[in-house]
Amino acid sequence: MIAVAAGPNRIDPYLIPALDGVAYGLLVFVAASGLVFCFGVANILNLAHGLLYAIGGYTAAAVLDGGWASLALALAVGVLAAAAAGALLAGLLTPVATGNHLSQALLTFGVALAGGSLLVAGFGPDDPQVRVPAALEGSVMVAGHRYAAYRLVFIVVAAVLAVALYLVVRRTRAGMLVRAAVDDPEMVACLGVSPARIRAGVLAAAGALAGAAGVLGAPIIGPGTDTADTVLLLSLVVVVLGGLGSMAGTLLAALAIGEIQTLGVALLPSAAPFLLFAAMAAVLAVRARGLAGRWRTT
Amino acid sequence: MSGEVIRRARGAVAALVLAGLVVAPWVVDDYTTALLARTLALALVGVSVALLTGVAGLPTLGQTAPYAAGAYACAVVGSRISDVGVVQLVVAAGAGALLAALTVPLVVHARGVIVLMITLAIGELVVTVLGRWRSVTGGTDGLAGIPAVRPFWGLPALASDQARYLYALVVVATLIGVVLVLLRTRAGLVLRAGRDDETRLRASGHRVALHLSGAHIAAGAIAGAAGSLLVVAQQYISPADFGFDTSALLLLGVVIGGTASVGGALVGAALVIAVRDWLFGVLPGYAPLVLGALFVATVYLLPTGVTRARGRLRPPAAPAHQPTAAEQATVPELRR
Repeated sequence: MIAVAAGPNRIDPYLIPALDGVAYGLLVFVAASGLVFCFGVANILNLAHGLLYAIGGYTAAAVLDGGWASLALALAVGVLAAAAAGALLAGLLTPVATGNHLSQALLTFGVALAGGSLLVAGFGPDDPQVRVPAALEGSVMVAGHRYAAYRLVFIVVAAVLAVALYLVVRRTRAGMLVRAAVDDPEMVACLGVSPARIRAGVLAAAGALAGAAGVLGAPIIGPGTDTADTVLLLSLVVVVLGGLGSMAGTLLAALAIGEIQTLGVALLPSAAPFLLFAAMAAVLAVRARGLAGRWRTT
Repeated sequence: MSGEVIRRARGAVAALVLAGLVVAPWVVDDYTTALLARTLALALVGVSVALLTGVAGLPTLGQTAPYAAGAYACAVVGSRISDVGVVQLVVAAGAGALLAALTVPLVVHARGVIVLMITLAIGELVVTVLGRWRSVTGGTDGLAGIPAVRPFWGLPALASDQARYLYALVVVATLIGVVLVLLRTRAGLVLRAGRDDETRLRASGHRVALHLSGAHIAAGAIAGAAGSLLVVAQQYISPADFGFDTSALLLLGVVIGGTASVGGALVGAALVIAVRDWLFGVLPGYAPLVLGALFVATVYLLPTGVTRARGRLRPPAAPAHQPTAAEQATVPELRR
């Protein structure tokens, strides 16, 4: 507070947390958009979504050695591994009727438990260190402040990913099928597209997105024993706040979460742990009927 | 005729199980007795989950929230104000009911899987609050050294594991009896009716939201009372007791046992928790792996339990466009 009064510019001290919030929010967006597709398109409640992110995170920790080649390798391996895990989930879920959320929850939570245990067995119980490429290890000056170069680059890369995702969903045939499947799955089935294939594709794509987020975001939300739970919870909050209909809603919700987790901590340190809850409760209380109505009509 | 036989057989099994539970502390060692007492507390939370999931049709992952509220309220009262069990139980149940009442506006208007997510978030955020509110909850270190409880004014404090276990057993049996009686009243019937056909119930002039709020608060009170039992059983609590794992295990236990039956939920939840604790001792480090594999296997092995749970997860309100049976048959995998 003193710094605010003395500084030449009232906004200045909050610039860095706000920038951090954008990085955090974009990371949450990339991680959560897969869950939004899972839920909106395939109608699958995937409690193993956090595991997919953790796979990417552990891959990054294991492969990254400070060079650019290792980053590319980690990205390729992480995305492939997480996409394969997503496809495996789709295979496991095939015999379970769609819309039967309790048995989906049972199955995916079982997979999350088992997979988390395997990750810990494979990589050890300690949170591994993540080494970013040496060129990005330093910091750069942003409006007179030092800021971690990796995060700045991450913001750019994640924004590119978000735009690419938007274009894929809007402009490609696969994206159109996905959107059509949200609106009217029966009609898509009548068009001759197998719903099972859409489901498998969506789960694999969700895995790829979560894996990419896990690799690129490892320096921000690092791999560890509670990573899967953290990411799952944040993604579910995004689903609840942003709804299932629009990518803009998902992006806004993710950015809001990012700012709450960073700028909120800087502005209101004592109230920060409760801010997410308060914001969510406020949004839910306002939208409770709207959400319920939405849920009933879908 | 056969219904009568099944009813009697069920009564006999229930009586046998109860008798087994009463003599258990003299058969097994102290450590197992303490574990059993904790399992009883968690099974009671399972009953509250079943009340919401199976009876009221609101699948919940957040009953750890009132459970935690009850446990911490009981721990604070127990170490600062009173060591009388009845007082602690009432305070804990009140705290659970209060928290449930506060979250009513978030929960009762939603249906189906949205409830799962909202309650999951509530549960996780309560754990966050427990971890940060150090002055009252002791943060992630938890609260230890809670003095032994005396069940009633004038009675001696419960010093042994056996005594604490029997106290938990008596409380759990009493509360379950109350729940079973309440479910036979009109309120229980209306709740079930709302689960099966909300629109019709609404049309006939019932205030569904009011009934659901009542059920939510009652389930919160039960979970809060269970929290008090946890404090008695462990004499130590920390946020780790109330994590996402616990609520997920409880919901899955309840699904395995059959969501609509209180007895089944009790058995299912107790079984899952017992397996977890047993595996933790037998296979240290690999318990989640085995448990996860068990859940996956359960989905495939228990088709009936799973399909029975299915109708209840659907939003009870009929969608505007009611598909015909023929439509449903064409693309069954796409119905939501």
